[in-house]
Amino acid sequence: MAIKVVQRPELTFWEKLYLPQILSGLKITSAHFFKNLFLHTFHLLGLLKHLPASVTVQYPDQLRPLMSRFRSRHRLTLRDDNTPRCVGCMLCETVCPAKCITIVPGEHPDPHIEKYPVRFDIDLGICVYCGYCVEVCPEDAIRMDTGILDIAAYSREEMQLDIHELMDPELRKPLKDCNLKFPHQCTKESSEIEGTWTTIESPTSIETGKARDENTS
Amino acid sequence: MIEVLIIKLVLAGLVFFVILNFAGLHTWAERKQSALIQDRIGANRASIFGFRFLGLFHGLADAVKMFTKEDIIPKGADKTLHTLAPLFSVFFALVAFAAIPFGDQLVLGDMVIQLQIAKIDAALLYVFAMLSLGVYGVILAGFASRNNYAILGGLRATAQMISYEIALGVSIIGVILVYGTMDLSELVRGQGHMIGGWIPFWGIVAQPVAFLIFLTAALAETKRLPFDLPEGESEIIGYFVEYSGMKFGMFFLTDFLETIMLACLATTLFFGGWQVPFLMPDGFHFPGGMEILVPNLVYVLLGVLSFSVKVILFCWLFMQLRWTLPRFRYDQLMTLGWKGLFPIALINVMVTAIVIAILEEAT
Repeated sequence: MAIKVVQRPELTFWEKLYLPQILSGLKITSAHFFKNLFLHTFHLLGLLKHLPASVTVQYPDQLRPLMSRFRSRHRLTLRDDNTPRCVGCMLCETVCPAKCITIVPGEHPDPHIEKYPVRFDIDLGICVYCGYCVEVCPEDAIRMDTGILDIAAYSREEMQLDIHELMDPELRKPLKDCNLKFPHQCTKESSEIEGTWTTIESPTSIETGKARDENTS
Repeated sequence: MIEVLIIKLVLAGLVFFVILNFAGLHTWAERKQSALIQDRIGANRASIFGFRFLGLFHGLADAVKMFTKEDIIPKGADKTLHTLAPLFSVFFALVAFAAIPFGDQLVLGDMVIQLQIAKIDAALLYVFAMLSLGVYGVILAGFASRNNYAILGGLRATAQMISYEIALGVSIIGVILVYGTMDLSELVRGQGHMIGGWIPFWGIVAQPVAFLIFLTAALAETKRLPFDLPEGESEIIGYFVEYSGMKFGMFFLTDFLETIMLACLATTLFFGGWQVPFLMPDGFHFPGGMEILVPNLVYVLLGVLSFSVKVILFCWLFMQLRWTLPRFRYDQLMTLGWKGLFPIALINVMVTAIVIAILEEAT
């Protein structure tokens, strides 16, 4: 290993005097100070709004634009009749490295659709936001494009999303009355299945199923 | 006699009201000024009824927080001294303001009011004595906390303050020599006349070197960056590490009070105190022979305004320096104090004395 002699920069007499260097430092900070003071004053008067006076983002009031591939909170995509596109294939639950997804599949009345989720839970307290569930989904039924970043809660229970919240990203806990029509398990504890397929106009779902078949063939 | 007492009490109340509020505003100024320097916005969230008012309420929120926080005295610490230390600091920082003249004589009817709480003949000595006694607060805080780091911080602070006090004291001897008085109001009056009718005979004109030494030593006295080794809140634990709540707040307040104190001193000694250029007691006298006469009240108010503006400018400069310069290393600090400022101050005093002797010989 060759030895490399690094010449330390020697301070010149001018630099050793301190004062010129302090003045040049003051020049920089004062330039920033007066420029920003000037801009802030004009902003208060409603002028020169296009020139920002600070590089910071006022977070809750002002959000930074997200990249289109940014992975935020999950959502389940919907069919035209407001039922989940999910066919309960369990691929996402299988691929999930954190094992935060729980799916209970049920039989779909439409013969063209394999299954549907009676329960679809994601525990955000466990989720690592890897996005594998999105990549693996054959039906484009789960996406991470809600743009929701401020996921915070006072208890672990509040971090657990169920099918209601996943289908409607606008929903926040505590949830109000359930408005899902198809049979599903409303809460984790009760094994009771609420809702019936008859309330949903079955022709639509069958038609969309047919349409998909035609597209693929 | 009783009027004099009332007038003095009113003056004292007024000065302390203004000074304490100004010290409180310093927290706001510190936040906002640093934010502007660093292209940020600064604290702006505290609001009363949704009314934020540029973050001014953060000072209020700070005060509420300080007063409601738990006051912790470490086990084994000396309770009396631990409580006395912040009181000492604030007390001596506050009483020093008594000798600062913030305006000329105000004539109301047949009463002549000196706008200075206490007219002391050796006011400069008094101010410096009070500033020196402030060291006791610091060393007591370190000693009474029963914390080795606090003691070390206190020792650092004491060493620094005593070292720089010498440079500070020697630097102003030149000013005393030039104006021939230690009475601050006489000293300010002495800065009133013009050299050749154009340049005001302020301390900075007569003693520029002393001014630079004074400014540097003053920064060190306030224990703020670039000389904040006694505190170093974030890394090298300082003397008030064992203080919480309002006791800590008092140390914080002392810092700001000392900043204002030294801004006042710099103004009084080097920037003509309440003097306004070309303003004589009876009105403006411009060199072209133009004269605008003003009544006594306007003259005094202009003087107070001039004093306040200069003090605020100095506070701004101290704050700007605080956010510009990095911290000195301890050996650099001592080298600068003992091998840099002190000899230069001594030479300055000698040169001043010789020049004055020669000038007096000539006349």
